[in-house]
Amino acid sequence: MTNQSLREPTLSISPEDYKTLAKSYTPKPTIVKNILRAFFVGGVICAIGQVIINFFSLIGLTRAEASNASTATMIFFGALLTGLGVYDEIGKFGGAGSIVPVTGFANSIVSPAMEFKREGYVQGVGAKLFTVAGPVLVYGIAASIIIGVIAYFIH
Amino acid sequence: MDSKRAGNQTVVFGSPPVILASYSVVGPKEGQGPLGKTFNKIWKDQLNGEKSWELAESKMLQEALQGSIDEAGITKDRIDFMLAGDLLNQIVSSNFAARQIALPFIGVYGACSTMALSIALGSMLIDGGFAEYVLIGVSSHHDTAERQFRAPTEQGNQRAMSAQWTVTGAGSVLLGKQGVGPRVTAATIGRVIDYGETDANNMGSAMAPAVADTILNHFQDLKRTAQDYDHIASGDLGTVGIALAAEVLKQSGSDMGTVFTDCGIRIFDSTQDVHAGGSGCACSSVVFAGDLMQRLKAGELKRVMLVGSGALHSPTSALQGESIPGIGHAVVIEA
Repeated sequence: MTNQSLREPTLSISPEDYKTLAKSYTPKPTIVKNILRAFFVGGVICAIGQVIINFFSLIGLTRAEASNASTATMIFFGALLTGLGVYDEIGKFGGAGSIVPVTGFANSIVSPAMEFKREGYVQGVGAKLFTVAGPVLVYGIAASIIIGVIAYFIH
Repeated sequence: MDSKRAGNQTVVFGSPPVILASYSVVGPKEGQGPLGKTFNKIWKDQLNGEKSWELAESKMLQEALQGSIDEAGITKDRIDFMLAGDLLNQIVSSNFAARQIALPFIGVYGACSTMALSIALGSMLIDGGFAEYVLIGVSSHHDTAERQFRAPTEQGNQRAMSAQWTVTGAGSVLLGKQGVGPRVTAATIGRVIDYGETDANNMGSAMAPAVADTILNHFQDLKRTAQDYDHIASGDLGTVGIALAAEVLKQSGSDMGTVFTDCGIRIFDSTQDVHAGGSGCACSSVVFAGDLMQRLKAGELKRVMLVGSGALHSPTSALQGESIPGIGHAVVIEA
């Protein structure tokens, strides 16, 4: 809420005009650069995932099994790179490209786990583990339930 | 009564308190910045052997406070009050540092304006006859601030271009009734000003009107202009905020000319990837205790105004969509 009344002298600009002025002085996000980097980083992560799927298929897993094993492997690498302090650097460069793949999900769980370890395993790690990933889980699971119900009635 | 008040918001000290000593401690990133040489002590890493960032911040503040006491060369027990503040909940860094320094303690919260606010209050205590020596210390730490206000430090995300980087450091000064050193001649206590900015990634824009309002009132109260100063430093407006403050002041009839700078812009350079500049309580406190104090003592600067800039929101109020109230406190220091 803006100030209701101010004794003079005050700035000779209204909050509305200030908003416009502030907007014109605020640097815009570098959208094109961000999109290109996200495409590149996201693409590289997915390509690595595909290589791992192919590897697991080669050693005799079925397609579904290879896919699950690959996801688990990618989560492991996401967590490992977070622990080594590398994933936040990848995230700074890649943005959505490194947040959307499953490695980003691993990062969103491991980073609060590391951050809040000092507050203990129950009130710290336990309570804060899903501070970042929580909303994704809540709405992801909610959406999958709704779609599941719809799919049930369509069939 | 012999009034020390001038105009609406300003006090002019009858016998201006002396800054007897100053001391600054910073983290490694600040040490690598353009002002690196002006700091007394640079830590090699963000923890410096402590078991948490919070304890590290408090230790840093303690080192800065002790540094000022040692530099002034007075015995600690002669100090009447210690004033300190920081950004953490319940100003815990200051409370913990005060436990070790063990002087009569006044905790101060002015968000990132705390250094200027504490100097103003300390000077009032001295000039009002309530103290002979006042010790002041202010700290912030990048990682403690990140985890309280934003996201886990290892989480991979991109910061907004207007976002600022919380400075890791602690700055301290020791004020005395008498002695040799730069003097605090006046102070203007700011009003809380809110022009409706809600973006917590754009603090500069939120605080700029408050800083501009304080400067405008300061000029009117003392019948001065920007030309009366060698240097006017805002605390942590950053590149976006200082441009906005200069523009709204110009529109309001006060051209700031070339003397207007910002501690947040000066503490880092463009290669350090901090986006709009530094921020945090430590930003203005270490730049003041380091660079500005040295230039005042060298006679390079004769009259300096430090305008601390604070954003008075909380993570909760920001999530609830409330706009960010800003505040600016000004102190005038003369060589």
